[in-house]
Amino acid sequence: MSGIDGVALTVLVLLFLLVTGLGFWATRWRRPTSMESLDEWGLGGRSFGTWITWFLLGGDLYTAYTFVAVPAAMFALGAVSGFFAVPYTIVLYPIIFVFMARLWSVSHRHGYVTTADFVRGRFGSRGLSLAVAVTGFLATMPYIALQLVGIQAVLEVVGLGGGGNIVAKDAPLFIAFALLAAYTYSSGLRAPAVIAFVKDTLIYLVILVAIIYLPAKVGGWGEVFSAAEAKMTAAAPDGKPVGSFVPAESAHWAYATLGLGSALALFMYPHSVTASLSAKSRNTIRRNASILPAYSFVLGLLALLGWVAIAAGTTPVGLDGEPNAQLVIPQLFEDMFPSWFAGVAFAAIAIGALVPAAIMSIAAANTFTRNIYKEWLKPDATPQQEAKVSKLMSLLVKAFALVFVLVLDKQNAINFQLLGGIWILQTFPAVVLGLYTRWLHRWALTAGWAVGMVYGTWQAWNAANPRSGVDHFGSSLANIPVIGELGYIALTAFVLNLLVAVVLTLVLGVVKAPPGEDETIRGDYFADEDDPRVVKDLDALSPSTPTH
Amino acid sequence: MSPTDRKVPEEPGRAAVDHDTVPPARTGLLVLAGVLLLVPIVALMWVGSYSRVDPKLGAFPFFVWYQFLWVFITSALTYTAYRIVLVARPHRPMTGDDATAGTGEGR
Repeated sequence: MSGIDGVALTVLVLLFLLVTGLGFWATRWRRPTSMESLDEWGLGGRSFGTWITWFLLGGDLYTAYTFVAVPAAMFALGAVSGFFAVPYTIVLYPIIFVFMARLWSVSHRHGYVTTADFVRGRFGSRGLSLAVAVTGFLATMPYIALQLVGIQAVLEVVGLGGGGNIVAKDAPLFIAFALLAAYTYSSGLRAPAVIAFVKDTLIYLVILVAIIYLPAKVGGWGEVFSAAEAKMTAAAPDGKPVGSFVPAESAHWAYATLGLGSALALFMYPHSVTASLSAKSRNTIRRNASILPAYSFVLGLLALLGWVAIAAGTTPVGLDGEPNAQLVIPQLFEDMFPSWFAGVAFAAIAIGALVPAAIMSIAAANTFTRNIYKEWLKPDATPQQEAKVSKLMSLLVKAFALVFVLVLDKQNAINFQLLGGIWILQTFPAVVLGLYTRWLHRWALTAGWAVGMVYGTWQAWNAANPRSGVDHFGSSLANIPVIGELGYIALTAFVLNLLVAVVLTLVLGVVKAPPGEDETIRGDYFADEDDPRVVKDLDALSPSTPTH
Repeated sequence: MSPTDRKVPEEPGRAAVDHDTVPPARTGLLVLAGVLLLVPIVALMWVGSYSRVDPKLGAFPFFVWYQFLWVFITSALTYTAYRIVLVARPHRPMTGDDATAGTGEGR
């Protein structure tokens, strides 16, 4: 493909400008008395009801990268690598239904903004809290970078970004991110909350149209599935099948552990927690657990578009002339849709990158501010100073992501994202089990976390993929010890993490290690919006301490 | 709502609640909700039960349509569980002095 698709580009730019305007306007939406606290800037005043939360969480969790990568995996490797996203995003909701309400309640009572805040309060452990904070921060950074990869994929197919010199090549991405940074800075979490309405509406529209219109153009669903089956069951040069049409017996563990491990991990990410804590009441998240699967349905349809692309004979080739499966969905839209609708579809993906990128940078910034800056550098920081540091940090985080994608090979971002998923799950025992019990000892949890991190990183490093010629980070699957099947590394590391935590807790109990102070009481885990907040002595001096 | 709004004295004759306790709940209903939430997890982790092509629904392989079906089943189960937990553990408002004072006893 050569040249720029003018019509598609115009539609894309217009929709982009629309959401930019909305992003700046968001400062005035549900206007707070002051944006000078993390509760307002970083959590939207903890005021979002069921529907806003639905749009916000949907826009947050189902990222542009997901929309690019899941069908790309279906296109290239089939069901095990791609379709696991469906069971993953189904079992996700019963899981968060169980623990998210408790996290909301205790955070409401104690003014926690991050999971590390909670761990600090619950276990009285600065070390464990720091471990949780650093893990969250590190896992989020490559995730933000991958949102840029999503925008890049769209720009590349439209024909932008292939210019000779580096300025022309990356200028569009740079401008898009600069605008995002500006309105996130001024509007905080309100910006992605407003933009999420546009994003989600566009995504639903584009996918429903695509799923009705495209299969008909390639000869119907029968044709789609037989083309996919033919491609996946054909032999690759190494003699094994190219991919999987339906997971073979040997891949059942892989499919199940990828789904379950990813589901357990997703709500440990700071951006998921930020969006959840911005809800206004304890039951907002529970109600959402039964309506958010609408997005899972759409994600499943989108995954199938990867197979539609097989039937359509889409050949995703980058502007550098190399085949690049990541471009398959934008390329399919470009080939099959009229230009103007291709523009709408591209806008859906590009705007789809902005919402999560904004929330992730806010969440990473909140984590830094609360759990590193305030905890370790400036304990007497006022809420105003916290908000200021967080705003600046959100800019830095985005700048870093931009440099990461522009300077390094984007494969690095993908590798780190794989690692991030493994790492973030290692915070689960401290956070989620901590919501239920103080039985696990803080030092044992810290040791379990460390073992899980090291084991997971080591396994991912060792995961070679001979077919694509990489020795490291070639797969998120590895042999599960004892069981002897291939499984998701994150989940194996998690089980090891738990074992270490339990055994060491027993040992530390025998030697009577100090358990640390718990600032929460049992009733805190059931509090709702009308229940008063715990007033802390330290905060009582500050005039802007939230009192609701 | 600020804590000052809550300076209303406790109704006479009503014992102050110890908030460092779990609010009372009907255990049977909580277990039922737990089972409803567990069902989709077990069903979808049991990959062997659905990793096949037949019976097809139209052109859709069983593997595909079965998992799509679980999106709706799970949504319904989760909503049912939500209604049940509302009944199982009614909210116990946090009032009184120990509601705003942080206690730090641990367990």
